Parts: sequence; C-alpha cells; structure tokens
Amino acid sequence: VDTLAQLAAGFAVALTPINLLWALVGCTLGTAIGVLPGLGPALTIALLLPITYKVDATAAFILFAGIYYGAMYGGSTTSILLNTPGESATIVTALEGNKMARRGRGAAALATAAIGSFVAGTIATMGLTFLAPLVVDFALRFGPAEYFSLMVLAFVTVSAVLGTSAVRGLTCLLFGIWLGLIGIDLQTGQPRFTFGLTELLDGINVIVVAVGLFAVGETLYLAARHHLGKDEIIPVQGSLWMTKEDWKRSWKAWLRGTLIGFPIGAMPAGGAEVPTFLSYYVEKKLSSHPEEFGNGAIEGVAGPEAANNASTAGVLVPMLSLGLPTSATAAIMLSAFQSYGINPGPLLLQNQPQLVWGLIASLYIGNVMLLILNLPLVGLWVKILKIPAPLLYGGILVFATIGTYGISQSPLDLVFLYIIGGIGYLMRRYDFPTAPVIIGMILGPLAEQEFRRAMTISQGDPTILLTRPLSATLLAIAAVALLSPFVYRAFKR
Amino acid sequence: VSAGQSDSGTDLAESEQPHANRREVFLSLGVIAFAILVLFQTMQIPVSPIYSRVGPTVFPYLVAGGLFVLGVLLLVQALRGQWGATDADEDEAQPDWRALGWLGLGLVLNVALIDYLGFIIASTLLFCCVARAFGSRHLARDAAIAIILCVITYLGFARVLGISIGAGVLEGIL
Repeated sequence: VDTLAQLAAGFAVALTPINLLWALVGCTLGTAIGVLPGLGPALTIALLLPITYKVDATAAFILFAGIYYGAMYGGSTTSILLNTPGESATIVTALEGNKMARRGRGAAALATAAIGSFVAGTIATMGLTFLAPLVVDFALRFGPAEYFSLMVLAFVTVSAVLGTSAVRGLTCLLFGIWLGLIGIDLQTGQPRFTFGLTELLDGINVIVVAVGLFAVGETLYLAARHHLGKDEIIPVQGSLWMTKEDWKRSWKAWLRGTLIGFPIGAMPAGGAEVPTFLSYYVEKKLSSHPEEFGNGAIEGVAGPEAANNASTAGVLVPMLSLGLPTSATAAIMLSAFQSYGINPGPLLLQNQPQLVWGLIASLYIGNVMLLILNLPLVGLWVKILKIPAPLLYGGILVFATIGTYGISQSPLDLVFLYIIGGIGYLMRRYDFPTAPVIIGMILGPLAEQEFRRAMTISQGDPTILLTRPLSATLLAIAAVALLSPFVYRAFKR
Repeated sequence: VSAGQSDSGTDLAESEQPHANRREVFLSLGVIAFAILVLFQTMQIPVSPIYSRVGPTVFPYLVAGGLFVLGVLLLVQALRGQWGATDADEDEAQPDWRALGWLGLGLVLNVALIDYLGFIIASTLLFCCVARAFGSRHLARDAAIAIILCVITYLGFARVLGISIGAGVLEGIL
C-alpha cells in the first residue's frame, strides 16, 4: 500500500506538462536512435549528459529513461525491415522478423514486436515498482564489504559470463577500470596514470570514452567494411492489425519473454542479449509450428522482443536500488547521478523519492507513448532508415565532436576521443565487448572506494570479505560463475 | 556479428585445423605490453606511509597483474587458433584502407583546425571526409548539408544547453 501511495505521488510528478514533454522527447529520440543502426542509447545519453547542468534531475532522468526504453522499441523496427540489428538486444528479432518481412508479413512482425514490448515493458515496470523497495530493504544491511563483493559479482557476470569470450570480456573490464583510475586519487591526492598531463588530473570524462567507443569506433568499423555490401530495406507490407491467429500465437510468447527477461535483467548480471536468446530458444521448443522457425515464425519475434524490453526494466532494479549499473546505458545514467551530486544506492529511494517514483511513473507513461509512436507512426521511422550512410555517419561524427569538444573546449579531448575510437575499432574487429569498458570505468572507482572502507573497518584485514557471510556468498557465486565454464570444458575433454 | 553464431563459430574453428592468426598474436602482445606499461606507471605512484592500509597503488597493481595474465591467455588462444572471433571470414577480408584513410584525414583535420577556425568549419570538413569515406561523390551536397547541420548543432549546444563551444570564424557572426 505504501508503494502504491508512493507511485501515485510519482504519477503526480510525471504527469506535469513539462515532465510529459521530457518523456515524449525521450521516447521519440530513443526510437529514432534505436532505429538508426550505429546509434545506441548509451551513446545518446552520453552526448546529452551536459543537460544535467541545465535541467533538474527528475526531468533529466525521465528523458534518459525514455531514450533507454525507446531504443528497445526502435531497434526492433530496424531488425525486422533491414536485417541489421539496430541494437545488440534485437539481434534475435532479426532472425524471424526479417524473414516475416520478406514474406510480406512485415507489418504483423512490427505489430507483435511493438505490442509485445508494451505488454512486457508494462509488466516489468510493475515488477520494478514492487521489487525495488524490497531490494532496498535488503540492501540497507549491506556494509562496504558486501558492496565490494556485489560489485565483483557484477564485474564477473557482465564481462565473463555474458558475451562470447570470458578472457576478452575481462580484458575489456580491466581496461575500463584502468580508465577509471586515471586522475587524482581522491583519498590520497596522488595523481595516477596522468602521464604528466594536467588535463588528466580530473580523470577521463566518461563522455569521451562512450562516444569514442560507440560513435568513432563504430564508424571506423563500418567504414572499413562498407565495401562488403549493403542491406536492403524491405517495405512494410500487410496489415498492421494482427490476425486472430497472430494474437493467439503471440500473447503467450510475450508473457514468457517477460518472465525470462525481467529476472535476468534484475539480477546483478544485466544485459538484454542473454534473455532474448533464451526466449527465442524457449519459443522454438514450445511452438506448435516449429517448422516455421527460420522462415518467419511470429513467436520468434514476440518472445525476444518482450524479453528485451522486460530486461531493460529489470536493469533499473539494481540501478535504482543498489546504485549498481549492469549495462553500458545504466552505467552512463549512474554518472549522471554523480554529476548531480546524488549518491545512488539504497538511500536513493528515501532521499530522492520524487526523482525515483517520478521516474518509475514516467516509465508507465513512456510505454504508452512508445506503443503509439511505434505502431501507427512506423512509416515515419522507415523514412529515417533511408538516410544515406555517408550523411548518417558524417552527422554522427559531428555530434561526437561537439559532445566532446563541449566538455572543456580542448582539442586534447578530441585526441583522446580518437585514440579511444581507434581502440574501439580494434575491439569491434576482434570481437571484444564494449559494455564492460564503460561499466568498469564507472564502477571501478566505486569498488575501490568500498574496498578501502571495508579495509578501514577491518583495520586492514582482507579476510573481512570472507568472514562476513553475505559477502562470502556473493564472492562464491562470482567464483563459480567465473570458473565453471573452464571446469566444464576441462571435464568435456 | 551475433553472439549466437559465435558458439558454432568456435566449434567450427576447433573441428577444422586451427592455425595461429598473426594479427591476433600482435593484438595479444599489445595487451601484454599495455599491462607492463600499467605496471611501470603504477611503480611511479608515490605511496605515503600514512596511507599504508589501502594505498593508491593496490588497485593499479591488481589491474596490471590481471591484464598481464589475460594478455598471456589471449596469446595462447591466438597461437592455438582458438580465438573464435565471430566473423571467421572477416580475417580474410582486408579492411577498406581508402575509406579508413578518408576518415582518418577528417579526424586529423578536425582536431587540428577546431581551435583556429571554430567548430562549424572544422566539423563541416570532418562531415565531408566521412561522407567520402562512405562512398559519397556529391561534395557540394554534402558540404551544404554539413554546414546546416553544424550550425543547428552549434546553436543547440551553445544557446539551448548553454555550453561554450569556443570561438571561431563563423561562430562570431552567429
């Protein structure tokens, strides 16, 4: 009941005209960047971080959350019509969705994706509403040791468990942590890794890293392989109203996708890719038309689309209740909290109820907006897809430049941007994941801080991490998650 | 590109005759070299005895050590041909050096000129180079679009968000 009262207060915040406008701007922008291949929510929010100097925190987070949700909706449109996933979380959607579009059922695929996203997004936002306060109650008992161990667990899951290679994922994570270490150590005042440059005393700005990896690196990667061919856009065909048969085959997939996506997103593992693959696999197993899979089965669109939207809401659970980001986008949102001087963590709900509940309420509203934006207005987004690549990527780099140069009007920031961009290109080409870099950079300094606090409490005895039961459990889970694939492989030989 | 294909890609690489990939070997050596650089940089951080408990070097040493171990593991994988990058055929496909060259030129021009000519002109040049890298042959059209886009972006950031984007030739007029 208390939660519902808080939520009602949140709606009062979110329904003010100005906040509705921010939500609409966020949802529209999010859908647009979701549709455009090469632009993602992490990059967009990083470029918009300067807005935190101008508008109040509630408005900024309503905008950012709209972008985050909207990108998930928009990404599916690109996957279905272009076969190039607009977002990594919509890779699976392309498998069946693009086949459906080729068979003239593009409209039905778009409809089941959008309605599924709405259903899943709404249910998962309810999950967030009721789960976040519970997690907070639990987390209030956490000391620095538990926090540090929880961060270690998140580090392991985002880099080693998700993704294709644990070694490459961890390499990226450590690179990210190193980037986060650059600058003056706040506790001792010692400069670290500044290479004698005064510009680096404040550290490297997360905008530089995010924009370098996601905009410059991605553009270099696509330019280098542009000659490899182009994808064709399939025009939307068929009725946007799904047939009775489509509904019958979709609704269970939506609910199953939600049930898969939300818990996985809410665990300190995060990520939207794993639940989409899992949902696809489940739908293929359970389908009464397994022969259609690979040729455009509607369940193969409905399930994964629901799963990725549900996991997006799930990621916000550890983000808002623990201050623990588990996706690149969430990590950048965390740095926005820092920019406002707000300490994300279990006390956030107590100290900033207006912000948190206003944000959650705006997610419900955003889902409705996004359903309208993405279903009747889908033709508009198809037009965006037709922007020629030369102009699109030219524009992306102009935005990258102004976002970076605007930090301190220093060409040196641009040099760092291009270095990171070059590294991002190599990472893309050799299949290194980028999200662990951002997460490591944001979470690394926080982990160091908690580690130092824990050591101060224990008077320098590191066994505190293992003698406190909760902390030991978290570290044990992390160790199992890290080592079990290797052990499994060793047994298989 | 998808994570799902990678599993089968790894299996494929293992069932076929694995062979060391030269570029992957260089890349892992790069990671090892970077780990050593981090280590040397860490050794130069002065540690005050007052902060003997967890000084400023504990995490850097962990990072350097971890990167070194991971670099060695990467090297082993590369030598055994077990890297299993998702696009197996991509190693064969040469990157488009001409496109990368145009892009690089645009980036260098941008960083070299932005302080002297201002954001709008420098970024217009960048835009045109990027468009050329992606195969555009319509310089006049690209330049026109670029100038309009840069002016709008500049006004958006400078006036609406109130962020200083520095002075420049055209910025002074606006």
